[in-house]
Amino acid sequence: MPARVVVLGGGVGGTLVANLLDKELGKDVQVTVVDPTGMHDYQPGYLYVALGEASGHWLSRDERTLLRKGVDLAIEEAVRIHPDAQTVQLARGGSLEYDYLVIATGARLVHDAIPGLAEGSFGFYSLGDSERLREELRRFTGGRLLIGIAGIPYKCPPAPVEFTMMVEEYFRKKGIRDKSSVTLLSPLNRAFTIESASKLIQPIMEQRGIELETFFNVETVQPSDGTVSSLEGDTKEYDLLVLVPPHRGAQVVIDSGLGDAGGWLPTDKHTLNVEGQERIFGLGDATNLPISKSGSTAHFEAPVIASRIASMIHGTAPKENYGGRVMCFLETGNGQATALRFDYEHPPVPPQPNRGWHMAKWIFNRAYWETVPQGRLPEQAPGTMPKGA
Amino acid sequence: MTTTDITRSIDARGMPCPGPLMSLIGAIREGQVDDVIEVLSSDEGSRSDIPAWVSKAGHEMVEVVEDEGFAHFVIRKVK
Repeated sequence: MPARVVVLGGGVGGTLVANLLDKELGKDVQVTVVDPTGMHDYQPGYLYVALGEASGHWLSRDERTLLRKGVDLAIEEAVRIHPDAQTVQLARGGSLEYDYLVIATGARLVHDAIPGLAEGSFGFYSLGDSERLREELRRFTGGRLLIGIAGIPYKCPPAPVEFTMMVEEYFRKKGIRDKSSVTLLSPLNRAFTIESASKLIQPIMEQRGIELETFFNVETVQPSDGTVSSLEGDTKEYDLLVLVPPHRGAQVVIDSGLGDAGGWLPTDKHTLNVEGQERIFGLGDATNLPISKSGSTAHFEAPVIASRIASMIHGTAPKENYGGRVMCFLETGNGQATALRFDYEHPPVPPQPNRGWHMAKWIFNRAYWETVPQGRLPEQAPGTMPKGA
Repeated sequence: MTTTDITRSIDARGMPCPGPLMSLIGAIREGQVDDVIEVLSSDEGSRSDIPAWVSKAGHEMVEVVEDEGFAHFVIRKVK
């Protein structure tokens, strides 16, 4: 009888781990991906939708078309995980038994966690939000634009900085830059979570007249008077407010009693086992790991989990460990980008922004569908990982 | 060490910057006035980031105690 592996979530990590297991183990495994929509979204594209550089149609595909034929897809919502019984309860009734479980349920946007956020701000962290922001930017004729972050952790840490740089360029091209101010409200005392990247970005922001307001953790939005207030006690006026909404872990993780206060899975940083659960793994945005919530993280974690499960099925000791590898592009506007490559032991040393990294990001965006979910992108493509990592 | 009763302790040792500060900000968001929060951090950046944020946000830094390879920060939520 083949080993039963259930993967909750058909995003980048869930899809990749399912395909790798099916490819490596063949008839020794039966993998089932459980996903409530059955659609796979390429979330990095939302940024470009908001700025009118891409439409939504290339950002979503049927998950079935990305999975190997041997992998089952259940378009179902998982509502409860029972680790003792090794079952997953489904919303429409019934349950799935597993020998190994991979929880790749991602992060949820919780707009209503900040009073006034839903009514008073725009965003670019979902396709719907990005499309609304795109229309608002088209209507915008100048004024005070504030970009802020309403909770940490959040997905794709470079995205707010990327948006800030790119929207400044958008205003210049639209001819409204001289009638506008662009301000990034950072929750930290610098522009970006990673210090080396901040040192690179802040002089560019200054050069372009982008203002930086530090230690501004958004607490409330007052749409009626066009102001946003911080936990630190500051209030800023805006004409257009763009916020990253607070994120939480999946409801099924919370309801199953497996999450921490934010609904994130306590996960071993090397083995990726959920704390105290030898047969359950946490993958991608769903974990509490102190590392970027990004598709790149999930991409590098998935082969580790697939390898560890394969070893356990074969009755050998798992050897592969996750070293914290992440690789992200960071758009700096004006057709340029830089790259952040790091792991647990090696902080990033981003190169000066140039057109090459911008082109690399664009090519990656286009090639994603045919490479990453299938495991066709080499894990250590030349030039993509830090030396010695 | 402080004799103040600790309401919540956050062991952020091993967590890279800005994790310890963000954990503190999360605890302040969730906490009540007069809560006393302890943060243990081995990250060098915390030694400047945490006091700077506490000062900016108007809370009270009760004490900072250096230990072997990490520091204890004790903060009182004032408002």
